[in-house]
Order: sequence, then C-alpha cells, then structure tokens
Amino acid sequence: MSMLHTPPNRPAGKSIQLMTTCLCDAFYADVAQATVEILEFLGCEIELPDGQTCCGQPAFNSGDWVSSRKVVRHTAKVFAGDKPIVAPSGSCAAMVFHGAPLAFEKEADLPEIQALANRTWELLDFIVFGLGVTEWPGKFDAKITVHRSCHLRGSRSPEAMASLLGSIEGLTVEPIDETEQCCGFGGTFAVSFPNISNSMGTLKIEKLTASKPDIVAAADMGCMMHFGGMMEKQGYPQKRMHVAQILRDSLKNAGKI
Amino acid sequence: MKTQQQIDRTARDLDPEVHDSNFMGAKLKSERRYATLHRDYDDPDKLRETAGLIKQHTLEHLDTYLAQAEASFQRNGATVHFAVDDDAVNAKVLSIMNENNAKSVVKSKSMLTEETHMLKYLEENGKEVVETDLGEFILQIDNDHPSHIVTPIVHKNRRGIAKSFEREGLGDYNDDPETITRRARKHLRQKYIDADVGLTGGNFVSAESGRVVLVTNEGNARFCMAANKIHIAVIGIEKLVPTDRDLGLFLNLIGRSGTGQQLTVYNQFIAGPKSKDQPHGPEQTHIIFVDNRRTEVLASDCREILRCIRCGACLNVCPIYRQSGGHAYRSVYPGPVGAVLSPLLAGNRFPELADLPKASSLCGACNEVCPVNIPIPDLLLRLRDKAKREGAKVAMKGTPNLAMWATLCSQPTMWKTALSMGHTMNYIPTELVPHPSAKSWQGARKLPKFQGGEFRKWFKNRK
Repeated sequence: MSMLHTPPNRPAGKSIQLMTTCLCDAFYADVAQATVEILEFLGCEIELPDGQTCCGQPAFNSGDWVSSRKVVRHTAKVFAGDKPIVAPSGSCAAMVFHGAPLAFEKEADLPEIQALANRTWELLDFIVFGLGVTEWPGKFDAKITVHRSCHLRGSRSPEAMASLLGSIEGLTVEPIDETEQCCGFGGTFAVSFPNISNSMGTLKIEKLTASKPDIVAAADMGCMMHFGGMMEKQGYPQKRMHVAQILRDSLKNAGKI
Repeated sequence: MKTQQQIDRTARDLDPEVHDSNFMGAKLKSERRYATLHRDYDDPDKLRETAGLIKQHTLEHLDTYLAQAEASFQRNGATVHFAVDDDAVNAKVLSIMNENNAKSVVKSKSMLTEETHMLKYLEENGKEVVETDLGEFILQIDNDHPSHIVTPIVHKNRRGIAKSFEREGLGDYNDDPETITRRARKHLRQKYIDADVGLTGGNFVSAESGRVVLVTNEGNARFCMAANKIHIAVIGIEKLVPTDRDLGLFLNLIGRSGTGQQLTVYNQFIAGPKSKDQPHGPEQTHIIFVDNRRTEVLASDCREILRCIRCGACLNVCPIYRQSGGHAYRSVYPGPVGAVLSPLLAGNRFPELADLPKASSLCGACNEVCPVNIPIPDLLLRLRDKAKREGAKVAMKGTPNLAMWATLCSQPTMWKTALSMGHTMNYIPTELVPHPSAKSWQGARKLPKFQGGEFRKWFKNRK
C-alpha cells in the first residue's frame, strides 16, 4: 500500500459516527457544528461517541508509536460497531485508515484496527463517494482559493471537494500555483524545524492569496491552524473557512436550512 | 533554541544565493517532470506502480537474479566480483589496477563510489583519478561533495564555477556556461586518452542478458571506456531488473522523473569487453556487485527503499530539501530518499543520522512523484519509531514527551475536564510562556482561541 489510498468497500449508509477531531473539540467548535448541520441536511443520523479524544496522530508522527497505539486502541474501543466513521479532517481520517494499521503491523490486534480503518471516511469523500451527492444546492457569493491538504493526497477527497464547491451558485474557486506545496505544519515538525516550517508557510500563503480571494479554504484544521496563525500574525485580510463551513453557509444563503 | 534540529539551523544559515540555486534548480525540474510525464502518458501512476512492482519482485528474488546476472556477464566475457562493504570495493578496484599496472582512472558519476570514498582511497594509493561528469569535476577541483543525486552542483552558480576554473589554471575568469563547458571538455579530452582505467557506476543491470545500462547527458561515461583497456563498473546489488524488456519502462521513467527529459541523451548498454563480434571497447570488463549493508536494508522493514533508481525526483519536489539543500543531510544521499537510506546504510551509526527521518512534514509529495512508487513517508515513520525505541537522542530533540498525552487521550473524563479547563488559556499571555515549544510556534503564528467543550454542549442541548 502506498500513498493514502482510501480502503475499498467502506460502509456508507446514513447512520454514522462522527469523529469530531481534537482540534475541533478544543479550538474550532463551529467547524464541527457545520459538519453536523450539512450531514443532517443530507439526512444522516449522527452519533457522537462521548468517550472520543484524539486519533493518535501526534504521537504517531513523532515516532512514539507505543503512545500512539495506546490512543488508537482507545479510539477503536470508543468507536465500536460497524457504522461509517466520518471526520471533518483529511489528516485525522488518514491517521485512522492509513496510519493506524501501519503502527499496528506487528501487533496481535491488527485485525481490529484494520476493521476500524476500513470504515473511516474524510467528510467530503463520504458526501460524494459514500452518499453519492455530487452537486451542492447552495449559494455563496465569493471568490475563494483552496489549500489541498497533504493528507488528502492520493485519496478521492480533492476530487470530491472540487465537485461540491464547483456546483455552488455564485462561488468561484481560483486555481493556485504549486498545489503540491505543503503548508509546513507537520505536527511537531513545525516546532522542531521552525525556520523551514515558516518558509514553507510563507510560500503557501503567497500562493493562496496571489489571486486576492475573499476566503482561503481547506478541509483540514491542522493546516488551517498553521497557515491561519501565520496569516493572522502577518495581517492578511482574507477570511479562512473550513469547506464544511462554506457548504453549511451556502445552504443557509439558499434558504435550505 | 533547544528544540531546533540541525537541518533547520543549516537551512536558516544557508547563504541566500545557495538557497536560491537549490530552490529554483529543484523547482524547475519538478515542473518539467510533471509536464513531460503528463504530456506523454494518460496515466503515469500506472507506470510508476508497475515499475515499483517489478523492482520489488526483483528484490524479493535477488539471489536468483544475481546468480543469473553473474552467469550472463560471464558468458559475455566480463569478470564478475562481489564486494561485501566499502573497504572491499575500494580494495578490489585497486587490486585490478595494480594487477594491470594501471596508474590513472577516468571516472563517471556514481553515488556508490561516494559511499565508499573511492576517489580519496585511490588517490591515497597513488592513483590519478579524474571526475568526468562536469558537475563532479567541479566538485573535485573545489574539494566539495555532491548536494544532489542527479545535479551534484545544484548548490553552485556559474560565478563561483568561473572563479574555480580561474584558480585551477583553466583560463581567465569567464562565467559564460558555454565557455566553461568548452574549457572542461578540452581539459578532460586528454585525460580520457591518457587514462588506463574507466570507472563507472551502473543505472540498471539486466539479469537476462548481462548488460549494464548507463545513462548520462554528457556522454562522459561512454568516453570513459573509449580509449582505455579496462572498464570497471561498480554497482549496488539493488540495481538489477529481470529482463531487457523491463529496461524500456525504466529508461522512460528515469529521464522524465529526474530531469523532465523523455530520454537521457546517452544510453549505453554494456555487456562485456571487446570480442570477435564486438570489435570496439575495452579489453577487460569488471563488474563489481556491491552489498555495503544493502542486504541489511533488505532484511529490514524499510526494504522498499531499495527500489530507488536514483532519479532525484523526490529531492526536487521536497519542500524541506528545497529550503535546506542537500548538504544539510550530512550524508551521501540527501532529500527524502536519503532521509531513509542514509540512516539505514549507517549500520550501528544509525543514531547519528536518526534525525534525518524527522526532517519531513510527511506531506507525501515524494511518494507521489516516485517512479518506483516507494512509500517514503511510511518508511520515514517506521524509522522515527525505530529511533524512539533505540533511544536516539538527537532524533527526539524537539519532540515533547507524549506518554502523558496518551494517558490523557485514553481517559475520556480527564480529557473532558482538560477541554473545559483549557479556557483559562485564553487569559494567559501564552506568547510570554518561556517553554521552547511555545516560543517556537508563536514566533511566527497566533494560536487560535480556545473553545473546548463548546461543540459538545451545542450538540447535546440543541433539540
């Protein structure tokens, strides 16, 4: 297996478990709220497992796989069952469907973790390829640019995102140069490699704002916290929105919710 | 700063001119690669996946293919040697030279000879060695080392090169690239004619026919064996492919991935010395298959890295490589491939290079461009785990202790308490917190406002 190819034959259905992600839980309540609102608009019945915490990615990426496995095991326990698990973040979803099985490849409970992986979706991937919704009946008058988060790479999420945003009335998505350029977050990478991380973030912001958009969007709060924090420090005027928030607001604008 | 890694400091202190050379050199090649591959093939990913499968298959049956290659080369009249480590390779080359009373070598570009410090070894043993790849030649006169696998002097500019040529007596200062090339050519021409031995690496080896394939853009590898009597090819055992037919795929991929060329300018297929049917070429061909810890890598959980065909695409696209340059990696192989390969090839010196796998935001661009589909980010992660398990201190610098965090994440009650208590953070001027991680983050970014628990409250109370 390579890249972040999503597992085949994941369960779809409208009865789902929502993985809030720790960043939304701690910092971005409205992104989680928007996620709930758009999924309910699509007729989903949402269960929010109360014991959920974090996907285990910080320790996984830092090389502390013992700690990471502890958190993943907890996640597997909390998200028991066979419903689809949906997360409004490419990186957290990829941690569950790709990272966790990697961290467990020599462990006896790999099958349980693989089962968890096999029903986990990134939000936009779920909407388009799980629920079969490709057109978004919303309205949103704005010019935006979109950061393709690295953890969407290799998955179908960028395609799903383009399809949904592209169908919103009034919304223009401006192309950006060097889509493949990472924003420079990488978890503790940003702390241990501050100079390189800052240079990467600065480059990314240049590309994202070159066409003077009204809004800079993405589908991963990790990236957004990083380049958003930089944009704020440097005084960039653009608003930043998670794609879920754009989808939700566009429904409101169209009087659908 | 306490948390800062060595590569980050190197990037910070890099001469701006060198930074720009690295950055632009890498970026332009990435753009050319993308344009060529996508213009010529509808689905380049299929090619990459196929090439990866062929390489992986070869690695998994390496013993069979090595034996087949040995027999094929012998049938062609070449002499085959096996060398277990760097000392053995160097000693073998020296002994072939001594047996034939050879004094001078013209050498073509080879990363493996960088691994074994061949040039220095032969010079210390009284041999004259001349690098003939223009970039490598410039490195040799500057007493420098490559900073890129394919473009070894990506870190230099023509003004510096013109000064080096002036210093070495290769003409007055002149930074016109054509003049520089012409002067080098004139200087090297006599070296080719006078040399006793031509030393090359090998990009691919066909086990079926016993052919070394060499790709260059300068033709220097070819000249290295045009006039002299002995050709020695030093080749890593991972360079094998099963059949001649496979070469079509790899030659199409290596040029496009490395430099954005459809095909490299010179592609040589060398089977053995001259013979009745093959009137031109050296009188002796020696193939030295080199292990140098490759079988250890093959036995590890990072064996996929041995698929690498050294095209440099992952270096060019890597945002860390672009910012820091190849020398920051303190080893023969830089960039993402080097961050995996170098610590593995270091053997028990692994801890010294265990920080290299950390020099990545795990963005995955390297995997996306790799012509043999190596899951480099996964391998970097496995090596981070290895570094932690083996207590490699330098690698763990800057990584907070995550055991406490894991405990917090495994106990929902504690987690929720922390979420609601976290609101006090909004009233603490965190920019003044003297913790190095906080300083490192907040030097350039603002932290978002804490809203812990608000979503859960909303979800519970809304109906």
